[in-house]
Order: sequence, then structure tokens, then C-alpha cells
Amino acid sequence: MAAVFTYTHQMHNAAVAVGKAGPLTQPVTQPVIQVAGLAKEYRVFDKPEGLSASVRALFHRQSRLVEAVRGVDLEVGRGEFVALLGPNGAGKTTLLKILSGIITPTRGAATVLGHVPWERADDFRRRFALVMGQRNQLWWDLPAAESFRLHQEIYRIEPTRFARTRDELVDLLGVRKLILQPVRELSLGERMKLELVASLLHEPEVLFLDEPTIGLDVVAQHTIHAFLRHVQEERRMTVILTTHYMKDVAALCKRLVVITGGEILYDGSLAEIVDRFTTHKIVTLDLDAEPDPARIARLGFPCEVRGPRVVLRIDRTRIADALPELLRDAGVLDVSVEDVPLEEIVAELFRSAARRSQAEEATP
Amino acid sequence: MSVGPDAPAPGAGPFAGLRIWWTMLVISIEERLVYRGDFALGTLMRFLPIVTQVFLWTAVFSATSRGDIAGYSRNDIVAYYLLTMLSRAFSSMPGLATGIARSIRDGSIKKFLVQPVDYVSFLFASRIAHKLVYYVVAAAPFALVFFVCRSFFPPLPDAMTVAAFGAALGLSFLLGFFLEATLGMLGFWFLEISSLVFGYMLVQYLLSGHMFPIDMLAGIPSGIPGTSLADVVSWLPFQFTAYFPAAVWLGKIQGAELGRMLLVEAGWVVVLAIGCRFAWRRGTRRYSAFGG
Repeated sequence: MAAVFTYTHQMHNAAVAVGKAGPLTQPVTQPVIQVAGLAKEYRVFDKPEGLSASVRALFHRQSRLVEAVRGVDLEVGRGEFVALLGPNGAGKTTLLKILSGIITPTRGAATVLGHVPWERADDFRRRFALVMGQRNQLWWDLPAAESFRLHQEIYRIEPTRFARTRDELVDLLGVRKLILQPVRELSLGERMKLELVASLLHEPEVLFLDEPTIGLDVVAQHTIHAFLRHVQEERRMTVILTTHYMKDVAALCKRLVVITGGEILYDGSLAEIVDRFTTHKIVTLDLDAEPDPARIARLGFPCEVRGPRVVLRIDRTRIADALPELLRDAGVLDVSVEDVPLEEIVAELFRSAARRSQAEEATP
Repeated sequence: MSVGPDAPAPGAGPFAGLRIWWTMLVISIEERLVYRGDFALGTLMRFLPIVTQVFLWTAVFSATSRGDIAGYSRNDIVAYYLLTMLSRAFSSMPGLATGIARSIRDGSIKKFLVQPVDYVSFLFASRIAHKLVYYVVAAAPFALVFFVCRSFFPPLPDAMTVAAFGAALGLSFLLGFFLEATLGMLGFWFLEISSLVFGYMLVQYLLSGHMFPIDMLAGIPSGIPGTSLADVVSWLPFQFTAYFPAAVWLGKIQGAELGRMLLVEAGWVVVLAIGCRFAWRRGTRRYSAFGG
């Protein structure tokens, strides 16, 4: 079992409620999503290489169990926007599939909005939505407006409410012109925006997003970020998002869950992960001329030189002392101090998890 | 329920299901109309095999001195083939089984697990839409061919026979639908069902009467004492998709026998509808367990 840094969400909720004590105090509600000891195993069949082995495999197939999710505990409160991060094959999508009722877990319990997802009660299915990156819920040959109309009936949305919600969502994303055009004629980004509209028409209380910005250009990504932020805040919708883009995380999520090898490695705030997993800051100096190596060596920190620009990694405990010293050195035109990029922190987390699991396998 | 757990679902009630279904039907019709060109061409192509059949049987009849073969005159045979084409226009479900299997394989079936909508009802609505659009496109060529070939047909049967013919066609649509839908759901168990579908088409072609009138099998022993191959085939569902409606129109099946056969057909519809539901339930359970 990997070390788990648990963000005690219920305590946080309680603290918020106490802090706001008064007539407006909201009661501490049950978490919207509760997951305990959730595990999913798959049986996969290995097909050995070569013809003779393939023939043998016809009669006797080699199979083994793969644990996609192993013992996940998670609680998500109403109105939280949670990012689920992890390398490919970490179990993120499996977890989302379990929470949206597509697959049944091997062990463990989960409730979403008080329902067991894989029982697939209609009452539950009317209250959440799942958007899977490239998967189409829109009719390919018809304008999106037709798919919206079908959603209106499927989710039993009252007509005036439907029209209002649709118009609002469409305007927020700036896609009003596109809803009368056959979906197959639209670009990937346009389709994704319309997918989002379709999945939000019934005003779900819980939204699962599986890599919503994959393959999109920067402008489309920004539009979708702004849109999701707005809708989520306005509706107090609970959102779980899986992504590989740290930009998504930074723009949208306060809480971060890192999952590797089917286990939760980190669960906490975005700010905390930076604090906890970085030992240094990145200091960039712009010098007046290309520095000579002797001068660089004098600085005494591991660094990287790009022309007249020097990038230093300085221990966080030493930064206050080091900065004045650096600036005293003549010829510094500009300086910037930054945290280690989130990408790097997360990549390091992934790598250390991979190393640990390799070590575990080596010593059975 | 879009507002909250305690709010009543707007638009709920006995007609909500019907309204969803209606919308699915209308949208499916719109979608099918996108492919109207393909439809028109497909309809024309369907008339080609019949021309070869007519030539074949003309040759068969000219080679024999007999006026009829197993109770069918040359005119009867031509009328029979034209009528089976009409049966097939109701009972054949092009792309249904393979479409279901494909959506299982590529994962688009997930939509129906996540959304509060019933997959079988959806398939049914879209298939009716498919048929309706097809009839609109095919009505004129069908009418033309039947008009040109009117001399091959016996005089118009009585109203009861016409009604039984209509019932047989309606039931053949349901039978064809549930049979192919069940077949498609085997895709939950097998990665690829195209060979299965091919096998089914072959059996279907032979035993439905699409290839020849199945009462021609009456003289062939089945191996079970006292029963001919035709008896065995008459208990199978396939004949209802081509032979049976044609035989009703031509007056080959009448009276109590006609009533019995309609009941057998209805029985098969019920059995296959239940089978289809069962396959869906077991299949989705397996899909969920296996990994989606």
C-alpha cells in the first residue's frame, strides 16, 4: 500500500460550516460521492507469440488478473471540482466508469447521490452525466439541436426550462450558429462543446468528465475552462475530471486526486501538493551579458544557462537569504521566482510510484 | 428528475415513455432521410435477384412437361417470389445485428447504460423509422413491378385472407426485429459475430422460403418418423419472414390451419422478445463485469 495523504474532506466541510455559524449556516450534508475499498479486477488473456503457441492457446488460454482499481477510498462533497490525475492505465477511467454505473466493481462499495451506480436506477441516471472525450452522444448525421431535443424527452425536461438552459449553455460556449449544422461537419472542438451542452441540459448534479480537452486547441481549451468554471459555480455541481493537462487542473480544480496503479497516492488541495512535494523554487535571472562559467560556479546552485539567462534551483528554506545575495551581483537585469511547474511535480509522483511498484515486484 | 431528489419529474406519467419513443422515431426518420439516395438505389437493386429467379423457373418449367411443380404453376412461382419480396420488406433487418454488435465492440453502447433510456425500445423506434422511410421510397417501384406482373397473380383473395396477410406481415416485422436483435446481442459474448450472422443468413435463406417455397419440402422425410422436412420447418420461426405471408395471399394456407400458424408466429414473437430482453440483461451484466 502506497502512502496516502488523506485530505479529510468531512472535517473541512465541518470547519467551513462552523466558520460561517449563524442563521445562514448550511447543515453538513452527506458527501455526494462516497467510495470505500473499491476494487476492480479484470481477467485478461495473454496471447503468446508465434503460430504454434497461438494454436495451443486455442485449447488452453493463459489468463491473469489485472487490478485496475485496488482499494480506493474517496469522498466528494457537493459542489467540489476534483481532478483525477494519473498516468495511462492508472485506473482513472475505470473509476469513472464504476461511478457512472457502466461497470460493476469486484469489491467495495460506492454511492453517488445516494444510489449504487451500477444498479442503474433511472432516478439516478437522470441526475448525473458522463462525458467521455471522443465518444459521441450526439447523432452524427443530424444537427445537434435534434440530439438536444431527444435529451429533453429522455431526461423529461420541462419545455420552457429546456429552452432556457439550452440557450444559456449554447451562448456561454458561443456555439449557437452550430446547433443547426450536421454534427459530422463540425470540428473536434466544436463537437466537444456541443457534447458538453448535451450533457448539461438536464442540469445534472454530478458530472464526470473524462479528458474533455484532449486534442483541442488552446482557444477551445480556454473557452471550455471558462464555461465549466461558470456552470459549476452557478449550479454548485459536483464534478470529477480526469485529464493529462495540468492546465485543466490549474484552471478548474481546487482538489487533486493522484491515482497510480489503481491506488490513491495523493488526495488534497492543489496548493498543498506544491508545498508537500517540492523542496526548491525556480529562480530565473536575466543577466546583462552571457555569463562566464566562473561566475556561474560562484552562484553555487545547480543551474542551467540559456544565453544571458540563468535558471537556478534554490532550496526553499534558503531562498530568502539567497535572493539578496544574487541581486547584489552586478549585471542582473531581471529576476523571477516560481514554483516548480505542476507537470514536474506530478511527473515525479508518477515516476516514484512506478519505481516503488517495480521494487515491490522485485522483492515478492 | 433534474431539480433534486424530492422534486417530481416534469413530464412524467403514463405518456412520458410514449413521448420519448415518438421523439426517437421522428429523429430516426430524419436521420434515415439523410441516406435517401442509398435507400432508393438499394430498393432498385433488390429487384434484380427476382429477375434471375423468374428466368430460372421459366427454364425449369420449359424443361418439364408438367404444368406444376409441387402445386406451383409458373405463374404461381412468379407471384410467390414477388410476394416474398414484400414479406422481406417487412421482416428483413439489414444491419441490425451487426449494428448492435458494433456498438458493443466500439463502446457506443455505454450511452444506453448511462442515460435513462431503454436500448431495445430505441432500436425498435429507429427500425420502424428505417422501415417507414423505406416504404415511402420503395412504394412506387413496388407498385410498378406488381402492376406489370399483375397477370401472374390469382384473383384478389377475400377480406379475411387479406386481413390475415396483413397480420402475418406485421408479425413478421416483429419476429424479424427480435430475432436479429437477439442475434446482435450475442456480441456481448463474442468479439465478432459476422460469421454467426452469415450462418444465420444462410439458414434463413434456405428455411424462410426466400429460395424456394418451403412446402416443396413436404415429400422429404426429416428423419423423425412420420414427419417431413416441411413439418419441421413449419415449427421454426424462419418461414414467417418470407414464405408464410406469401402462402397466405396465394391461399395455400386457409381456415383453422391459418389460425394455428398465426398463433405459432405470435408465439415466436413473444419468445424472441423475451429472449432479446434476457440477452440484453445478461449481456449488460457481463459487459459491466468484464470491463465496459
